[in-house]
Amino acid sequence: MSRLGKGRFLQKLLELGPVLLLYISVLNEFDFNYLNLAYFSFNFPFILIFYWSLKKPESLGYGLLFFAGIINDVVVGFPIGVSSFAYLLICGFAAYLRNITLRPSILKDWMFFLFTVLAVSSLSYSVLVLFFKFKLNYLDIIINIIFTFCLYVIFANIFQFYQKLITSSEKND
Amino acid sequence: MEASRDDFVIAIRSAFIQRGNKQRFSLFFLLILSILLLVLGRFNFSAINYIKIFVKELVYRSSFIVSVPENYLINGYIDLKDHFIYYDHYQVLKKENKELKSNIENNNYIVSENERLKKIIDDYIIVSDEIIAKVLIDKQSPFLRSIIINKGSKDNIKLGMAVLDGEYLVGKIIEVNYTTARVLLLSDLNSKIPVTIEPEGYQSILSGTGKNDGVIQYSKEEISLDAGNTVYTSGSGAIFKSGIPIGKIREKINVIYFSDFSQLRFVKIIAFQKEED
Repeated sequence: MSRLGKGRFLQKLLELGPVLLLYISVLNEFDFNYLNLAYFSFNFPFILIFYWSLKKPESLGYGLLFFAGIINDVVVGFPIGVSSFAYLLICGFAAYLRNITLRPSILKDWMFFLFTVLAVSSLSYSVLVLFFKFKLNYLDIIINIIFTFCLYVIFANIFQFYQKLITSSEKND
Repeated sequence: MEASRDDFVIAIRSAFIQRGNKQRFSLFFLLILSILLLVLGRFNFSAINYIKIFVKELVYRSSFIVSVPENYLINGYIDLKDHFIYYDHYQVLKKENKELKSNIENNNYIVSENERLKKIIDDYIIVSDEIIAKVLIDKQSPFLRSIIINKGSKDNIKLGMAVLDGEYLVGKIIEVNYTTARVLLLSDLNSKIPVTIEPEGYQSILSGTGKNDGVIQYSKEEISLDAGNTVYTSGSGAIFKSGIPIGKIREKINVIYFSDFSQLRFVKIIAFQKEED
């Protein structure tokens, strides 16, 4: 009985992993900027949201994503709502890809991720610059997008491994 | 053709409007809510401002707690890096110390003379009580360069106050909450500070670049700057008092700051006001 309880707890914890990781990353800006590598920055929440919305949508609630966006705006200093809007759009793009894909492949996902990140970053940039008169460095954003795109495939493989862990723990139960 | 357009519409409708499995809200509803927040925030709707203040207080504290393990790692990494360059630093500092000692005596005289002269021209020389604040969040975002400190309106922090690291200017207060405040660093693209470049005394504006340096902008005449020229606040616009050291010219119009913004742990917050006779 106690063993069964432990198994369920572990499974719940594994299922909560993406949400916990998302909240830690927005509260903590998980981006290695402290390494001071010239131009290096990437958007980890974009990768996480896209992957999990595509592969296991029930693991990230839309309401939780909305709130994570609000937290990110507060931490970064953007107007409230910009990141929520971006995160939810990524979710929408991922859901659309899921609906139209019959035979999923990592390459297709990766290419669609590039389109998604370009579209969402362009929208966020437009809102910040045109609507809120923010001054942002265009080159920094482009580099951020390139690194986010390049790192997607690495994180996707890590998440795939994690997803298998969740599935095997579900089967064990 | 018709069928593929129908498929597209169905896929879009299913992605954005239908509520997914185990989802309480539809994407469409939350997207509209985000846009509403943005629009109301743009026009400073008072209810949104109250929500902002509440969320900020909550998030800044939570972010500080969540960052503790990462900060341990970062500090460990920085300590390790510093350890290997201690000896070289020591030799440089020994030499500098000798030079500085000889300058101190001259400076004391100049400072007292300067204060006397500033009183005559009615400049801003009186500072309010210094408030020491701890840096709660220092995220080095690639887009915005700002830090969060653990002092707010409760501690008489006001918008526009100068933020110093020792004697060096690092930024100004741009957002005040009850127990926290946000400091816009000089390195941010949106930072513009009136400065004087010595020894020639050129007046100009120092702008952030979004990186770890700044650039001299909007000077009235063609000025020729030499590497090593020192940049101070000019006191124009009555934002800060004049003469707060900021940095040195590295090359052409490029300024390297005296303070390392990535190493800020505690900062000093000061307001400047005119002396009343």
